[in-house]
Amino acid sequence: MSKGESLPETTEPTTADDVAALIGDDLLDREEHVNAPGFVIRPDSVQDVLFRLRDEAGYDHLSCVSAQEYEDRYESIYHLKKFDDPTDEVSVVVPAAKDDPVSESAEPVFRTADWHEREAYDLVGIEYDDHPDLRRILLPETWQGHPLGLDYDQDRPQIVPLREHANPLQEDHEDDDGDTMFLNIGPHHPATHGVLHLETVLDGEQVIDVESDIGYLHRCEEQMAQQGTYRYQIMPYPDRWDYISAGLLNEYAYARAAEDLADIDVPEYAQVIRTMGAEMCRIASHMLAVGTFALDVYGDFTAIFMYAIRDREKMQDLLEDLTGQRLMFNYFRLGGVVWDLPEPREEFFEKVRDFLDELPEALEEYHDLISTNEILQVRTVGTGVLPPDVAKSYGATGPVARGSGIDYDLRRDDPYGYYDELDWDVCVEDGCDNYSRLLVRLREVEESAKIIEQCIDLLEDWPEDERTIQSNVPRTLRPEDDKEIYRAVEGAKGELGIYMRADGTDKPARFKIRSPCFSNLQTLPEMSNGEYVPDLIAALGSLDIVLGEVDR
Amino acid sequence: MSSDQERPFHTTGDVQTETREARTGAGTDNRFNSKLREAFGSSPFILTKFDKFMNWVRGSSMFMLQFGIACCSIEMMHTYAVKHDLDRFGAGVPRASPRQADVIIVPGTIVSKFAPRMKRVYDQMPEPKFVVGMGSCTISGGPFQQGYNVVKGAEEVIPVDIHVPGCPPRPEALVYGVAKLQERIANGESSPVTVKPYELEQFSDLDRDEVVDKLADQIDEDDLVMRYNWADSP
Repeated sequence: MSKGESLPETTEPTTADDVAALIGDDLLDREEHVNAPGFVIRPDSVQDVLFRLRDEAGYDHLSCVSAQEYEDRYESIYHLKKFDDPTDEVSVVVPAAKDDPVSESAEPVFRTADWHEREAYDLVGIEYDDHPDLRRILLPETWQGHPLGLDYDQDRPQIVPLREHANPLQEDHEDDDGDTMFLNIGPHHPATHGVLHLETVLDGEQVIDVESDIGYLHRCEEQMAQQGTYRYQIMPYPDRWDYISAGLLNEYAYARAAEDLADIDVPEYAQVIRTMGAEMCRIASHMLAVGTFALDVYGDFTAIFMYAIRDREKMQDLLEDLTGQRLMFNYFRLGGVVWDLPEPREEFFEKVRDFLDELPEALEEYHDLISTNEILQVRTVGTGVLPPDVAKSYGATGPVARGSGIDYDLRRDDPYGYYDELDWDVCVEDGCDNYSRLLVRLREVEESAKIIEQCIDLLEDWPEDERTIQSNVPRTLRPEDDKEIYRAVEGAKGELGIYMRADGTDKPARFKIRSPCFSNLQTLPEMSNGEYVPDLIAALGSLDIVLGEVDR
Repeated sequence: MSSDQERPFHTTGDVQTETREARTGAGTDNRFNSKLREAFGSSPFILTKFDKFMNWVRGSSMFMLQFGIACCSIEMMHTYAVKHDLDRFGAGVPRASPRQADVIIVPGTIVSKFAPRMKRVYDQMPEPKFVVGMGSCTISGGPFQQGYNVVKGAEEVIPVDIHVPGCPPRPEALVYGVAKLQERIANGESSPVTVKPYELEQFSDLDRDEVVDKLADQIDEDDLVMRYNWADSP
């Protein structure tokens, strides 16, 4: 792996005590999470503390805000990292009173806190002082109660209004000068990649403001995980977060977090299979991203889309051979994978090799049709610009960050699985525009192919008596009470993290998903305000969101 | 149209018609009551033949609504695209507008915020219209059935003709489901309209109760709303 030497030198390693000194008088208590030291701070000094941690200690990545309700208090945890070194983490724990759960908003420090805190308000019920726009984000605005709170009654009736059928040219949608027009895009529209609703204000053909209205696919993934047991019942759900064939990448996120929480080892052989499967999923996912991006830009249900689907079909056949399913694999188990490679192994290896042999030619076709095509270049070069500092503030990760020149890839920077034994590169483009994000995806397909090839070589030569696919894992897992962890992997769209708190039972007390698309989608107004409507569509396509993961 | 052999979706004898009559009672299904049928109403011999012809036409050339919700829509895209190519069966050109569509495939989990929109899209489709429910979520809520926000199946909102089970169904399964729907349409069959507990209503028409009182200052009298009685959900 081309790590280490190429990494920029970080400043002096900050120890937990340094951080504690930096927080100073605002520190109430210290905790120890599995992934990072936790610092309990005063709820009215969140901005001060986070400003200091960001500017003086270099924690410039707010990767997630996990909110939860305890018997005696509410709590928001700000999981901070460094883009230069994501293994250097701290958790800032902000308690809030049970009867009046209010704490200060982190939005002025990290823009990404806007949506994360709205979600915490929506689902758990914590209110954030100084938040610019604290309203429900996932559930309808007329919803009663906060469903992840402790005393929520799931059987109470709810009323949901349908207001979007109002005439967008009505007078009250115009401003004083009467120059602007209000335009609804979605929630059922081919260009929104699912059920996303964009409330757009136009001046002529230019976008003045765009606001994403999400929650049309909020299917309670966190509640489902909290109702399942660690060992078997949670694993099927990750497949359905990012359902663009990225199943194994998502399963990796849960497997990694739960294995670290419950101290489970994974045999090396299983790790190689996992790594190979995950990269196969990444190729399939990027293929669809490229295909639908071209579909958005050209508006054409023909060649490029069909080519992408063709290559995805090949990959799905391989994944079906490996896992038994086309889309929802449920292939990982805590401590390994569910079964070995399909027999006869030689045939499977040959099929994978055939795919890898054909891939360069297929990619050549994509480059001919898309990236070297003048029409697409006119549409994408210099449009949807996302400067790196803005991307960082919004917590953008994955191809979106790497297309803005941020050299951040958890596979290399926070290694897991077998990635650090293999030879591959992180693709970074510094154009910051739609075109760069497209190029990053196309190049990542090549890198994934390199990884798969090396895994295949390893698996082929693996001695037959050392093929352990699962370690010995107890039938029922009960991690210790109050053990907390936040762990992330590099999913197809970026940093896919999971926060879990154990309470001594066989089910997690809190299960929070940090979805890369949720943070990435937040950057859309930055990219499209002032641009034309078609560029808004192109920018949305280049973000490659999947609503199952945005809404969860 | 001349002989049975040329009809692609004709099955044996009168079985299909019998099941329909057993279910809906004797008489015709009013979802097939077209202007043409009214025009030819005085000459019954031509009428029956013409109806069959129209049904065959409907079954052989269906426009699907391009409608993606969740995981199943990925498999639906694969069904439309190369390899599975639903267009081979005369049902594979997705239309972006509900005004041009005959069939809506509901591919995914329906949640409380989306159900009113889906109902609206369904209402915008011209008659006769048909619904294919794809995947377990449209049958019962599937793996998310216990979710606080999940509508327990598409039939809570719109009538469904064909259910394709699976999570997600393979493209082959969806092709089979669509072919079955074509067969039923060609035979003049349609599913009975099921009980639909969740309708779009004006807010002022709701029975007054605690929830309505609470929301009275947030929702206008004439706003359309959908009221979910979760306690009564299956």
